[in-house]
Amino acid sequence: MAKLTYLAVLTFIVFGTAWLPWATGAVVWRKLRRLTLALLLPWAVFAAWDVYAVRTGHWSFDSTKVLDFRVFGVLPLEELLFFIVIPVASILTLEAVRGMRGWAVGDEQ
Amino acid sequence: MTYTQLAVTGVIAAVVLDMVIVRTQLLRRRVFWVSYAIILPFQLMTNGVLTGTRTVRYSGDAIIGSSTPANARPAFIGDGRICYAPVEDVLFGFALILLTLVMWVWLGRRGVQRTPISSSVGRPLARLRQSKSSTSSGDSA
Repeated sequence: MAKLTYLAVLTFIVFGTAWLPWATGAVVWRKLRRLTLALLLPWAVFAAWDVYAVRTGHWSFDSTKVLDFRVFGVLPLEELLFFIVIPVASILTLEAVRGMRGWAVGDEQ
Repeated sequence: MTYTQLAVTGVIAAVVLDMVIVRTQLLRRRVFWVSYAIILPFQLMTNGVLTGTRTVRYSGDAIIGSSTPANARPAFIGDGRICYAPVEDVLFGFALILLTLVMWVWLGRRGVQRTPISSSVGRPLARLRQSKSSTSSGDSA
């Protein structure tokens, strides 16, 4: 069960944010193309940072608390999912606040 | 570079991207700071689980504080840590969130699935708020 620690944290974040559009009138899930494109650069930059940090010894992962899949040789699968889950949660939060308050974010015409 | 230096660099890069390069200027918008104020406590909580359980361990050579101990939790607060996590993680998270939101808004501004901005379907929270404040949201119901 301990091996599911990181995955459980990610699952909590997904369930904590996925419903926000339904509750606030925000439109995010129907904009899959925009969502995917928005994630590309952050995903690549932070995954590269992560690989560098692990190789340099800035941080490391307890192999008893993550699954056994490794990506790019050093990263637990959960770490790459993190760079999808967190950006999506951020966008869902921004759009939920806009949906509730009607404040401009800068893409209005 | 240490994690401290990289984290500061990451924040500066994201800020320059937002304010100068693509000029989304989210940092000047209330919607960004309110969103960040909602995200930050959840970041501290979820990251606190990952760092408090030592799922992720840090080297004292890379951060302001000392290394994650081998057999005990790191400091909850103090020794360069907040909610078990190195303070650098707050900068790391800020850079990740700002970069993502800049990309999202920039794509919308360029016309990539810019609309619809809101839907009148569902939205129980928004309706709740409207009935409390008895003001119209402005869209057609």
